[in-house]
Amino acid sequence: MTVVIDRTKGQPARAAGEPVSAAARVRAKAARGGGLYQPRVPIYPKLVHGRWRAIKWAMLILTLTIYWVTPWIRWARPNGLPQQAVLVDFAGGRFYFFGIQLWPQEVYFITGLLVMAAMALFLVSALFGRLWCGYACPQTVWTDLFIYVERAFEGDRNARMRLDAAPWSFDKLWRKTGKHAVWLGIAFGTGGAWIFYFHDAPTLIRGFWVGQAAVTAYIFCALLTVTTYVFAGFTREQVCIYMCPWPRIQGAMLDQHSLQITYRADRGEARGPHKKGETWEGRGDCIDCNACVVVCPMGIDIRDGAQLECINCGLCADACDEIMDKVGRPRGLIAYDTDAAVAARAGGKPAVYKLVRPRTLYYAGALSLVSALMLWGLTHRSVLELHVLRDRTPMYVRMQDGSVRDGYTLKIANRTFYPQTVAVAFRGLNGVQLKTPGAPATTGDVLVTVEPNAVRSARIFVIAPPGGPSGDTPATFIVRDRHDRASAQTVFDSGVPK
Amino acid sequence: MSERKIDEPTGVETTGHEWDGIRELDNPLPRWWLWTWYASIAAAIVYWVLMPAWPGLHGFTPGILHQSDRVKVVHDLAELKALRGAEAAQLQTASLEEIERDPKLQAYAMAAGQALFGDNCATCHGQGGTGGKGYPNLRDDVWLWGGSLEQIQHTITYGVRTGEPGAGVTLMPAFGRDQMLKDGQIDDLTEYVVALSRRPANRAAVARATQVFAEQCAACHGPEGRGDQTKGVPNLTDGEWLYGSSREAIRDQIVNGRGGVMPTWGKRFDPQTIKALTVYIHANAGGQ
Repeated sequence: MTVVIDRTKGQPARAAGEPVSAAARVRAKAARGGGLYQPRVPIYPKLVHGRWRAIKWAMLILTLTIYWVTPWIRWARPNGLPQQAVLVDFAGGRFYFFGIQLWPQEVYFITGLLVMAAMALFLVSALFGRLWCGYACPQTVWTDLFIYVERAFEGDRNARMRLDAAPWSFDKLWRKTGKHAVWLGIAFGTGGAWIFYFHDAPTLIRGFWVGQAAVTAYIFCALLTVTTYVFAGFTREQVCIYMCPWPRIQGAMLDQHSLQITYRADRGEARGPHKKGETWEGRGDCIDCNACVVVCPMGIDIRDGAQLECINCGLCADACDEIMDKVGRPRGLIAYDTDAAVAARAGGKPAVYKLVRPRTLYYAGALSLVSALMLWGLTHRSVLELHVLRDRTPMYVRMQDGSVRDGYTLKIANRTFYPQTVAVAFRGLNGVQLKTPGAPATTGDVLVTVEPNAVRSARIFVIAPPGGPSGDTPATFIVRDRHDRASAQTVFDSGVPK
Repeated sequence: MSERKIDEPTGVETTGHEWDGIRELDNPLPRWWLWTWYASIAAAIVYWVLMPAWPGLHGFTPGILHQSDRVKVVHDLAELKALRGAEAAQLQTASLEEIERDPKLQAYAMAAGQALFGDNCATCHGQGGTGGKGYPNLRDDVWLWGGSLEQIQHTITYGVRTGEPGAGVTLMPAFGRDQMLKDGQIDDLTEYVVALSRRPANRAAVARATQVFAEQCAACHGPEGRGDQTKGVPNLTDGEWLYGSSREAIRDQIVNGRGGVMPTWGKRFDPQTIKALTVYIHANAGGQ
């Protein structure tokens, strides 16, 4: 069941006419018996100018540039390894990120990154509300871009509403067709850019157009094209309201000291229309012009208070500032503010802002801890790794001369981009000989060459002279190259019961 | 169903259910939800047309794509074979020593050899190649027919006592069953063989059997009983016993003279398959 969260309770009853926010209209329709299914109420956000809008444009350009440019950044790597700076190489089982490359076994770095992202999101939300939702979330960014295109073809809010209500005509047809064509173009560009993160971009783009790319490339390109087109063009705010879990989680991050887009009811009420020349005495600054409502991309009325639908984008603050300038009242009737500050001012006390609170300290502490762990892990990461598999069939082999030979398979991982020759040593048993296929047995170390960026599976036999200890002896394999060293515990089975 | 109830704060009808004072709003579903459902139905119909879907009395509707996992497996196997082509071709030209020394070829031969061994050899020689009574252990350093790469390759290719040209033919005579020796002579000979492997034995019996051994056994096993790998004759002094080390087992072998048979794998495998198997066995054995 979907729940429309309603905070209109306790609000002054509207004098006459329809509710102004889209969400309120949905509720009004449902109350009249809207049936089993709820059609989406179209939202026509009006263009607004101001500080937050400017920041939103800047963020839009920044994030889209990062998205489209990143796969084309080249990065020199030796020995035929990928030359792409950021590459998720599923076929080769590697993740390349500039100077860092991660193996599937090191997926905990990705986990750490996700934990860091979550902690950063918690911290930012506790301090400044849903900045992510309002400015950086792909859903917001692409929806913003699509609305920009819509506005270019169909005009601003009123023109769009008229066009949608008007019967079909040539004018309506070409505007709608043009809009959808550009939308599909952007959507295709989005889906097309996505696949470049998973394959060498210059190779893929050539193969893509001549039909030589992998089937998965076409499938994912089509998938991302469709989701971009549908999510940014049609479902828009419904993705945030119905599909995204974050609006529901954020309730636990926010408290009364969190800065978020707030209608300062202490200053705005009692609201009502205001004619030029009338006195401002005995009334609030809100002139009930609905400028904040018509610009809202989520279709809500911010004056209903903090609500699940609000993405904290600040467009209503820009719209209200414009109106306040016109009517000659100070800006900031809608602004980033805290519930505590509003309550304090309503009670006649000075507002207090507390950025440092136990909650923000916890989040900052957790974020620093995880970041430090990640940094330590990355800098102390071994480029040499060893795993030992002991032979189980047979556990041991007895030789003619009474010596005992155990077989082991060593998995030696070389995470550098260059071939490495490692010396394999066996510790824990005296007088043993090591042997690897293709070379004679030796009492010294066995040399094994490992290809760059690869795992070598080496067979190593340990031969113990007769008369050694009975039972199982704990032992250690050690591999060393010029820079690094790795070891793994194992057991030598003498074949003689203890 | 209970009567219609309206939730006071929201003005929305409730489902009428109540749990610990919590009621559920009966908000309408968003319309796109309905569209998603219709789209799923449409996708199902497309699937019926394209893919195998409906069972019938004699089979099923194949769908216009004629998708079949069986056909796909055959296709994938053919692709895999083509993919392995490069390494398989190298196996053909490289010598056994080169295959064992080169890390890439060795890895390929070991992987292929392990699968081949499990499918074809493990039935008799055991999964780990340690053999059993009558089936030689391939992991130690005792070899009936020789443990060098070339000798192993030869044994696999031609087999043992199959009657095929090239296969070993030597067979231990059944001294008892065919009444070539008397019971007492066989008892003495058993003691002699026990003594050969440096175990305590009846000295008088050993002395009596010395001449019998020289006459009957030394021709194949050698005057000192060290055997002969070119003919697959076991070394009696090394403490390894194909049919058991006890006096009863040794006596039984002198009486009945058994000899195992190994198939001529050259008739079933191509040379590079045998090369991979050879390297796998040699690399895992106490190599020579």
